[in-house]
Amino acid sequence: MDKNQFKGWLYLLPAIAFLGVFMVYPLIDVFIYSFEEGYNSASQTYFGVGLYNYSYVLHDPYFLQAIKNTLILVLITVPVSTALALLISLGLSSIKPLRELFQTVYFLPYVTNTLAVGMVFMILFKKTPYTDGLANLILGWLGQSPIDFIEGPYAAKMLVLCIYTIWVVMPFKILVLTSALASVNDDYYNAARIDGTSRFRIFYKITLPMISPMLFYLVITGFIGAFKAYSDAVAIFGVNLNAAEMNTIVGYIYDMLYGDSGGYPSYASAAAIVLFVIVLTITCINLLIRKRYVYHK
Amino acid sequence: MKVVLQNLTKTFPARGKKGEVVTAVNDFSFEIPDGELIGLLGPSGCGKSTTLNLICGLLKPSGGKIFFGEDDVTDLPPEHRGVGLVFQNYALYPHLTVMQNILFPLENLRGKNKLPKDEMRKRARAAADLVQIGELLERRPSELSGGQQQRVAIARALVKMPRVLLLDEPLSNLDARLRLQTREEIRRIQKETGITTVFVTHDQDEAMSISDRIVVMKDGVVQQIGKPQEVYDDPVNLFVAKFLGTPPINVFDGTVHNGRLMIGQDAVLDVKSVRDGDVYVAIRPEGFVPDEGGRLHCALQGVEVMGRDISILARHDAMQNPVVRAIVDADHSSALRVTDTSVSFSLKPHKVFLFDKASETRIPFETV
Repeated sequence: MDKNQFKGWLYLLPAIAFLGVFMVYPLIDVFIYSFEEGYNSASQTYFGVGLYNYSYVLHDPYFLQAIKNTLILVLITVPVSTALALLISLGLSSIKPLRELFQTVYFLPYVTNTLAVGMVFMILFKKTPYTDGLANLILGWLGQSPIDFIEGPYAAKMLVLCIYTIWVVMPFKILVLTSALASVNDDYYNAARIDGTSRFRIFYKITLPMISPMLFYLVITGFIGAFKAYSDAVAIFGVNLNAAEMNTIVGYIYDMLYGDSGGYPSYASAAAIVLFVIVLTITCINLLIRKRYVYHK
Repeated sequence: MKVVLQNLTKTFPARGKKGEVVTAVNDFSFEIPDGELIGLLGPSGCGKSTTLNLICGLLKPSGGKIFFGEDDVTDLPPEHRGVGLVFQNYALYPHLTVMQNILFPLENLRGKNKLPKDEMRKRARAAADLVQIGELLERRPSELSGGQQQRVAIARALVKMPRVLLLDEPLSNLDARLRLQTREEIRRIQKETGITTVFVTHDQDEAMSISDRIVVMKDGVVQQIGKPQEVYDDPVNLFVAKFLGTPPINVFDGTVHNGRLMIGQDAVLDVKSVRDGDVYVAIRPEGFVPDEGGRLHCALQGVEVMGRDISILARHDAMQNPVVRAIVDADHSSALRVTDTSVSFSLKPHKVFLFDKASETRIPFETV
């Protein structure tokens, strides 16, 4: 190893050490736990090695519910939030007056405290002895009977969770997309205009390919983020998510470790590995699609 | 298609509280004859690109009118004017191949103008052949050299058979050798297609070499319009004289006294019908003849040999340029010795221009 390489590794050492201790080691540990049956972290003992943990988790109705919830959340919120963010960004970049005001408004959720956001959603959706919530008020005007969005039917609860998630993840996407749109050279649009290109074709043939790298970045990180959802559900439905049928995969893992039914690190590890495999698969698919459709400089 | 600009004016609104209204193009009138190649020439900020954008419709004029042939296109949006524009940075769509780029304008055609696929490809191929990039059709712009990208941009502008072709600084992103080659190429393509073409440049060499006519602009105002050689030989003011020609024209402070033109202490020419007073004397580098009996006396600074010509660098008390540069036939080099400290010139009167000191306009004179 020559001197420069040695120096390079030396510079990397702090980061490698921390990542090793707090990321790589736990990852390996989780992988090992997931095969150790009935591991007890206090006594550091286990009964045997095998696939029982996976079998248990994959047959646990709570886990299957969590997977279902997470998948619905992912499949709805990622496309909807990305599409909405794109629409809003396009709007923002085509107006001049008040643009900064709107940008601030759309960015607010990003810097707003989660608890404050929870309060807002309570006012919007929660039924109390005094009021049915703003959403029900509007439903009432439309001649519909009120729905309990927090403790009522599954679809209503899922709707609230999706709206909440979309609302929380959108500001960052808008931020990224507005800057991506701004970085497209005006000459491309001018050239297209002179050639008589319709607005839709300009968007479809020029704008979209030009911002496609950023768009895919948002989709991939959006998928990963949505698979990791947990705190949003807690903010709306409280900590007993299994009872509310609103648990997510990460919520299930947390419950297995620390919840009322907790104390099962082996099951939690197995669930974590299942989540990891799902996210890895989806991300690989995303990257394959990206290779085919995204234009690279 | 002839293009008529009638009192064309473009102002941009003031920016900020103390900003002033900027007049980018001021009262520009000109009739571009059908099939000619016109060079819009001027320093940066003179309004030449604005003029181009007015012609293609990306900017709306504040005043005046634009006609293509007999059609008033002043209020037409760019897509209905039938212009082809080649951008300074070419603006090729980077995610599309060369073929897709050239096809792009044709694919926009709708309704009765819509072309069948085969016809589109045939036309695109013809345009590509015209600019000699037939074998590059499947490449992406990033896989092309600057000169090739330029050709693609021209092909894309030509493929829809525009009534007018506009080129914005078409050669500024090319290296020196390619620039020479490409400007001849542009001339050839323009001649072959016969499309009325306007191109913008700040490089007078470029404009002079390929234009049928040049328009010299300064601060939004047209200074002079004419055939390149005419403008060079007969500049209307000091700005035009200085702007055209490499090496640049030599400017001196001079006076006219009793029909004699004085540069410093040297009475260089006898001029008739010029009022006495201070003037600028501008002399083209090729207007000097080394002559031991010559009347303009300069201190010799050096000699540069350039093969066919030699360039004599000299100093004079009344000069305005950093150095006086004379281009003379290499035959004269024997007349100069390196050890010489001074040199005398006689002047070719038709290469000498006088300009009014205040207005900087040309003062005609006749030699005796």
